[in-house]
Amino acid sequence: MEESSSSGTRSGAQRPKMKEKEPEKSVKKRNKEEEEEEEEEIFDFTKKSQEEDEDEEDEDASDSEDSVFSGLEDSGSDEDEEEEELSDDEDEEEVDLRVEPRHTQQVETGTVKKTEKEEEEKKKEKTETDEVEGGATEEAKREDEYVHDSSDEEDIRNTVGNVPMEWYRDFPHIGYNLDGKKIYKPIRNKDELDDFLDKMENPDYWRTVPDKQTGSDVVLSDEQVQLVNRLQRGQFGDANFNEYEPQVEFFSRDVMLHPVTNRPADKRSFIPSLIEKEKVSKLVHAIKMGWIKPRRVEDDSRGRYYDLWANEDSSILARHKMHLPAPKIPLPGHQESYNPPPEYLFTDEERAMWEQQDPCDRKLPFVPRKFSSLRQVPAFSRFIHERFERCLDLYLCPRQRKMRVNVNPEDLIPKLPKPKDLQPFPTTQSLVYRGHSGLVRSISVSPSGQWLASGSDDGSVRFWEVCSSRCLRTVQVGGAVKSLAWNPNLSVCLLAVALDSVVLVLSPSLADRQVVLSSERLLSAPQEAEPNEGAGPVTWSETEGEELTQGIRLKIQHPKAVQQVTWHAKGDYLASVMPDHSSHMQVLIHQLSRRRSQNPFRKNKGLVQCVSFHPVRPYFFVGTQRSVRIYNLVKQEMTKKLQANSKWISSMAVHPGGDHVICGSYDCRLSWFDLDLSTKPYKMLRHHKKAVRGVAYHRLYPLFASASDDGAVIVCHGTVYNDLLQNPLLVPVKVLRGHDITADLGVLDVTFHPTQPWVFSSGADATVRLFT
Amino acid sequence: MGGLQKKKYERGSATNYITRNKARKKLSLSLPDFRRLCILKGIYPHEPKHKKKVNKGSTAPRTFYLLKDIRFLLHEPIVGKFREYKVFVRKLKKAYGKTEWSSVERLKENKPVYKLDHIIKERYPSFIDALRDIDDALCMCFLFSTFARTGKCHVQTIQLCRRLTVEWMNYVIASRALKKVFISIKGIYYQAEAMGQLITWLVPYQFSHDHPTDVDYRVMATFTEFYTTLLGFINFRLYHSLNLLYPPKLDVKAESELKEENDDDYAMNSESYLEKLSALSASLARVVSTAEEEEAELDQFPVEGEDMANMEAREREQKQEEAQKKLFEGLKFFLNREVPRESLAFLIRCFGGEVSWDKSVCIGSTYEVTDETITHQIVDRPNIDKQYINRYYIQPQWVYDCVNAKIILPVEDYFLGVTLPPHLSPFVEEKDGDYVPPEKLKIMALQRGEKPAHEQEDEEEEEDDDEEEEEEEEEEEEDNEEGEDDEEAEEKNLKKMEEQRSQGKSLTVKVTAGKVKVENPARLEQEEKAEEKRLAIMMMKKKEKYLYDKIMFGKKRKVREANKLAAKRKAHDDAEKSKKKARK
Repeated sequence: MEESSSSGTRSGAQRPKMKEKEPEKSVKKRNKEEEEEEEEEIFDFTKKSQEEDEDEEDEDASDSEDSVFSGLEDSGSDEDEEEEELSDDEDEEEVDLRVEPRHTQQVETGTVKKTEKEEEEKKKEKTETDEVEGGATEEAKREDEYVHDSSDEEDIRNTVGNVPMEWYRDFPHIGYNLDGKKIYKPIRNKDELDDFLDKMENPDYWRTVPDKQTGSDVVLSDEQVQLVNRLQRGQFGDANFNEYEPQVEFFSRDVMLHPVTNRPADKRSFIPSLIEKEKVSKLVHAIKMGWIKPRRVEDDSRGRYYDLWANEDSSILARHKMHLPAPKIPLPGHQESYNPPPEYLFTDEERAMWEQQDPCDRKLPFVPRKFSSLRQVPAFSRFIHERFERCLDLYLCPRQRKMRVNVNPEDLIPKLPKPKDLQPFPTTQSLVYRGHSGLVRSISVSPSGQWLASGSDDGSVRFWEVCSSRCLRTVQVGGAVKSLAWNPNLSVCLLAVALDSVVLVLSPSLADRQVVLSSERLLSAPQEAEPNEGAGPVTWSETEGEELTQGIRLKIQHPKAVQQVTWHAKGDYLASVMPDHSSHMQVLIHQLSRRRSQNPFRKNKGLVQCVSFHPVRPYFFVGTQRSVRIYNLVKQEMTKKLQANSKWISSMAVHPGGDHVICGSYDCRLSWFDLDLSTKPYKMLRHHKKAVRGVAYHRLYPLFASASDDGAVIVCHGTVYNDLLQNPLLVPVKVLRGHDITADLGVLDVTFHPTQPWVFSSGADATVRLFT
Repeated sequence: MGGLQKKKYERGSATNYITRNKARKKLSLSLPDFRRLCILKGIYPHEPKHKKKVNKGSTAPRTFYLLKDIRFLLHEPIVGKFREYKVFVRKLKKAYGKTEWSSVERLKENKPVYKLDHIIKERYPSFIDALRDIDDALCMCFLFSTFARTGKCHVQTIQLCRRLTVEWMNYVIASRALKKVFISIKGIYYQAEAMGQLITWLVPYQFSHDHPTDVDYRVMATFTEFYTTLLGFINFRLYHSLNLLYPPKLDVKAESELKEENDDDYAMNSESYLEKLSALSASLARVVSTAEEEEAELDQFPVEGEDMANMEAREREQKQEEAQKKLFEGLKFFLNREVPRESLAFLIRCFGGEVSWDKSVCIGSTYEVTDETITHQIVDRPNIDKQYINRYYIQPQWVYDCVNAKIILPVEDYFLGVTLPPHLSPFVEEKDGDYVPPEKLKIMALQRGEKPAHEQEDEEEEEDDDEEEEEEEEEEEEDNEEGEDDEEAEEKNLKKMEEQRSQGKSLTVKVTAGKVKVENPARLEQEEKAEEKRLAIMMMKKKEKYLYDKIMFGKKRKVREANKLAAKRKAHDDAEKSKKKARK
């Protein structure tokens, strides 16, 4: 019997017995047994006899083998796993399982003799009752029931076993019942007609199925038909079975009350692991060495604010003295308004100009715009740019403390004595001497102050009466007059005129008879000395005829063009300048009384521009292009060289005291030298806008004047103190204008009246003017 | 004889400066890190006096830092953090490359971070120093708070900026510190006075930004990092100076009101709290709840004579300020949805007004449009359908102009659909000689308390007045011209006389009775003075002359510009007038 049953389902074979033996044993145990069987199979125990099996079952109670192959470590076929899962599940719900066996028992006892139909119904009921439990357990139970019910009941009817029924085809019986009596086939001679009639009449025909084992017809109940239908459709047999039950996790994070196994803990579980120890020590070492940093404590102080300046100490303050705070952004003006006054908006021209300009040259970085209401104002497209540029300025721009010149411009103007207090000086133009037709290059006032001589490019020398501006005489000299000079000696009345390469000495006889006579005497005196000097470069000759009647008395023929003549204060010596780069003979000094000429210099020291005698001492001033040299005529050596700091000296005048010199230059400057002070100019005056042509000192008053191409004569007050410690005080007192500028030439010469604070100027407009 | 030869560039200014590259190497930082360090520490380059000397003879353009500054940087703990960060990045990269996720995690947990507190303390040793330098910080934070939360910088930064700016605005409201405000084409300028420091900041209009590509956002972010820290500490201190709770809390009363209304609109309480704060409609909670702040009165010191006048002036100023603080007190405003809510709410609350808006615009509205007690409704649209009788409908510029003028201006010029008067900058302070726009004159007259002539009614009269004025001006001009004419005539006479004189010699000499010249002594004196000055200028030294010329040039340019503006205005007015006439 047992053997035959075991050929059915494996578990089915043992379960009934087991239940009979220990009905209270849990399903878990049963499963364990199955596992054991499995293991046995694996370990080739399959050939062992059933007895052994039974023995093992007895041993099961101790669970000794079980602990070895705990569920966790086991790995078998899929089926095994399923079963394991089952067992675990049941483990979880042990309380439920306590109830469950009773159920099964009931089924066993009550329905042993019931038909299959009833059995099916029972099964259904049971499933219904067990629905609360998980689907998996339900399945397992159903399997169990089926197993012991079917095997026993079928055997009750027919004991032939599981043999093909064809074997009984030829017999009248189909098997044997429990008592060993034959079970006869139902007398069935159903032919086609009966079958047909049955089909027609019997409403249950379609659900009538012949049972092969008993040979009787079985009418299927509705449930069974439904079951068949469902199976045909490939559905689950149980109508109430939910395929989509929520999944139940078998392993959960909850610590279970009971251990999975009852096995005592291993020894190794009490001994610390060497491998782990090694790992830990490595980590500890790494932490010790700082290779691994322990997890940072979350620092919540970041982003928390507190009173940072609770205690201000001055020590840090001192360190930051050098720090320059960044300048603030300039505040916006009316132009930036969204609705500016109309005058701040750009006109078309301004806008065009703004667009043309380079962005860095623009006065405003934006175009002013007007919006009629606030809602129309758009976003400013360069906002981020501007902020970024500000950032760049803050960290890339060098900062400097610019001392803002917050100067009142009035304070810059030097405090000078008022010109009013420095009177007298010429203030207004009072007379104009007209008559020349060319530009008047040179003028000179007689030492008496009564006469004025002027030489012009039209080839004439005119003599004017100062007070009335009348031209008394006109002397045609036949050439453009470069320079002329009255003899400063009061007792003679002579005029030296330089034109071309000749120096003429005129006796205009515009004085007392006494004076005229004395000058005649001077001119005629040196007759006897003439033979001494024949080989010289200069020839002296007396004039005759026409020229004599005009008053020209002496002609001193020079080898080159003469630029300037000047008298010594005593009136006997006369110096003439012949500028020439190449020659050493640029300056000649003539002695009138002895009609003698000499060249004082052996060497060429630069282009000579002008010369002058010292008014009292035997000094001689030679103005070259860049400097003024002072020679001692007695010792015959150079005593000083004044650096004019200008490009090209044009004119020079010596103070009547002899300690000061002024130089005018073509680069618009006037330099005042104090000979006691330095060889550098004491003061440079840049009054004039154009080249300075002439400078002059007043003989008596502390005045000096400069004439320039810009058409102005500037009169300055230059007080020279007797006290050597006090420097001269220079104050410009008057700008005199009157001359017209013709052909870029303005005032060409300037000279003071010897006694009055009057100044004469001659200009390119062919006039001579007197300012008083 | 003689010692060692002195080598060049081993002493003097060459050793005081260091080029940027050398400095970078000395600190062993990459250029971006160096840049960041300079920004955080406020180190800027220096321009040496003799560049060539410092540059060791080369004239190549280089940036120089003071060696002292760089030495100072060497001791900065943040430099170490930068290096740590560099190492961190390297390690992280390695871990990623090896796909060691656990170590990536561990590294990320230990990411080096730095704090800027000590730097702020160091850069601004006293609170006033910090407050003085807050302009840029505010501008930057306001800009960052308007950024969209996309990519350009960390979202946290944006949120932090927003929080700090809201805190700042709440402080300004609480202390009533706002002084001036100006709507420019760039944004809105505000000026407040906190602890005696004038602080100006610029808030961009609420539009999304068109992010330019040629801007280095890293630099901006570094600045913002510093500025947020600075602003946080300053806010803390300022709040405490007013006895306010620092992480600002709304007043209990206000809070409960707000809660009732808007509980369901916002998801989280924490989320909506900042919104409620930024609505600027509720007052803040105080540490010690004082009912009314006692206003400190100026003590009277016995003074004499000249100081007395000063004192009085100061007192008057003080009074005026107090009045300005209460400018909108008692007025109730309602903002329509098209006006910039935040700016106007800020302004109105700063000057004591009550303000509300539509509930759908923002959280925190306190009353509805239908409230009968509303005195002014601010509207920025040509017309409005439903108007209430007992309130003014005005354009937003009125509020701004009132604040700048420090008085409540007449509302007529700001009604709906009316052409607004120009909005003038309150930051321009005209000195004598500068051009003053006529609108400013008008406002100044109002401030003095003069009644403006009713323009609409007396327009014609006004025109007449204008014409009269013009005539007067013309007359004046004529006067001037006459004066010039006089001079010219004199000169002509003189010339004629001269000519006569010079020619008189040859011609018949005649004596005519001369006219007595009337000399204006004042003018003569003036001329004399002018000449004196001219002569004195001639005697100036070269350096001073240069300076003087420069100053004078600047002055002349100023005058020229003022004249140009005046001429433009006149031309504009004339054009307008003629247009009006043509329309008539």
